[in-house]
Amino acid sequence: MKYQTQKIAFAYFAVALALFAVQILGGLLAGWVYVMPNTLSELLPFNIIRMLHTNSLIVWLLLGFFGAAYFLIPEEAEREIHSPTIAYLQLIILVLGTAGVVVTYVFNLFEGNWLLGKEGREFLEQPKWVKMGIVVAALMFLYNVTMTVLKGKKTAISNILLLGLWGLALLFLFAFYNPENLSLDKQYWWYVVHLWVEGVWELIMASILAYLMLKLTGVDREVVEKWLYVIVAAALFSGILGTGHHYYWIGSPAYWQWIGSIFSSLEVIPFFAMMAFAFIMVWKGRRDHPNKAALLWSLGCATLAFFGAGVWGFLHTLHGVNYYTHGTQITAAHGHLAFYGAYVCLNLAIFTYAFPILKGRDPYNQVLNMASFWLMSGGMVFMTFTLTFAGTVQTHMQRVVGDYFMDVQDAISIFYWMRFGSGVVVLIGVLLFLYSILVPRREVISPDATVAAE
Amino acid sequence: MSDTSVLDELPGELLMWVLIISELLVFGAGLVAFLSVRATDPDGFAQAQSALHRTGAGINTIILITSGFLAALAHQLRLAGSRGRARMALISAASLGVIFLWVKGLEYASKAAGGISWETHPFFTFYYLLTGFHAAHVVAGILLLLLVACYDAPRNIETGVAFWHMVDLVWLLLFPVIYLLQ
Repeated sequence: MKYQTQKIAFAYFAVALALFAVQILGGLLAGWVYVMPNTLSELLPFNIIRMLHTNSLIVWLLLGFFGAAYFLIPEEAEREIHSPTIAYLQLIILVLGTAGVVVTYVFNLFEGNWLLGKEGREFLEQPKWVKMGIVVAALMFLYNVTMTVLKGKKTAISNILLLGLWGLALLFLFAFYNPENLSLDKQYWWYVVHLWVEGVWELIMASILAYLMLKLTGVDREVVEKWLYVIVAAALFSGILGTGHHYYWIGSPAYWQWIGSIFSSLEVIPFFAMMAFAFIMVWKGRRDHPNKAALLWSLGCATLAFFGAGVWGFLHTLHGVNYYTHGTQITAAHGHLAFYGAYVCLNLAIFTYAFPILKGRDPYNQVLNMASFWLMSGGMVFMTFTLTFAGTVQTHMQRVVGDYFMDVQDAISIFYWMRFGSGVVVLIGVLLFLYSILVPRREVISPDATVAAE
Repeated sequence: MSDTSVLDELPGELLMWVLIISELLVFGAGLVAFLSVRATDPDGFAQAQSALHRTGAGINTIILITSGFLAALAHQLRLAGSRGRARMALISAASLGVIFLWVKGLEYASKAAGGISWETHPFFTFYYLLTGFHAAHVVAGILLLLLVACYDAPRNIETGVAFWHMVDLVWLLLFPVIYLLQ
């Protein structure tokens, strides 16, 4: 660790990992409710479990991004973080806010209260006081990292990362605007949801991936930056108007069907470019970095993001196709592999890279970590296939033949059982990852110079 | 690195070429979509098309090609060292862009006066989407030409003119397919 303030990242990563565990347990429980629908139906209804699964995902990914920023910005800017106190305060606010959401939601406290009660919009359910807390935390964060970069060296990686993080915070402001008209409500809701994951998050992803490639492969910064700019240009070009693919059936004018279809089809390109970038850098790279597990996660991230976000997204993005598949398990298949590939793997890659450095050790538990990659990724890919098949059958029975929703759900239950099985495999992978990253073995240094330290 | 040298040979800025290729993909996809929907209703499309002003669009084609020529000339002049004349050529090219928009505006106004909107027929949905999107690029192109007339390094001019030629090229594809194809 070159800069002392990089260790702020450790606190962020630790909280992120705890929430990651919550997310996976929530997902497993939700998967169980799919096959055993009465489980906990009174105590913890499915909609709440689902909310916990999706929101803990978003929060831990964000904490991972913040941590990654605190980890890599000192190295890029070549100076310490402006204020560690603000950074820890920001984390406390975010943790309190998250706890507040969970308690408010699970016990349905202050129902209907404009400030304290939950708000019903998916992903933006947080009570207003939590939303305000998020904005305050985001402002503290942006102030902190922007001051650091302004006073230090400015690189393409930190500039793009800041652009992404500023965009993330500004777009969140649309969460406060909730028009009565349901079409307008959805229109602005996507400004947050779509423009995050298919807009500014891609900038964050590209810059963190570029940083990892720079460190792990030793390719010239100039080459990495050129790729970074091209990827970011392609992401923004396709992603912004690609929002149109959510406006097909919400009461927006029909021209969105063409704008959405055309631009969102091009959203495959930045993901393909990121995959090409990662593999070409490794191929060209001269450095043989000892942290093989971080490299595996990075390459896995770029590859699975291309398939999950790019290919599985394209699968149902054309409005002629989406007319039939909208809201079926096809969407769930895409959602799972896209988030896993693009953002979960990215975070696990930077954690894997950063943890040994933060702990001041050589890369440790590499084999276990890589095994966890294959377990988690294998489980997620299998889950994606089962949901894709489920969605295909569902689309035909429900949307083409016209069978009843619940009859169709019964007919595809075999896929839900297989999905639960793949969820168990993912959980084992997660536990293995947590062990490999958090429990380094006692340092064993062989007197024989040819044997690496364990 | 051997793979970057090919990219380095591109005239102007690399990112401009990324943009140009992206734009061509979008307009290409738009035209393919237009032709596909047209194939489902050839008569309706032919009837809707007869409401367009072919002459006006033809004049606009000549205006835009002339403008493109002037923009290319500006780059030659700048390389030959005549900065003043290069600037004049860029401003003339931009002015022709403004005339293009004026003619386009007359065309849109007469459609609106005739009660035609993008909802009238799928033909007009595509007509407004494609020509409207193109017109937005003409606006951007005019601003870019004026910008490089101001900051007139040869590389800047090359980059700006590359964008302007893309706007030309797209019009040369839109004009026959939307206005002329029977």
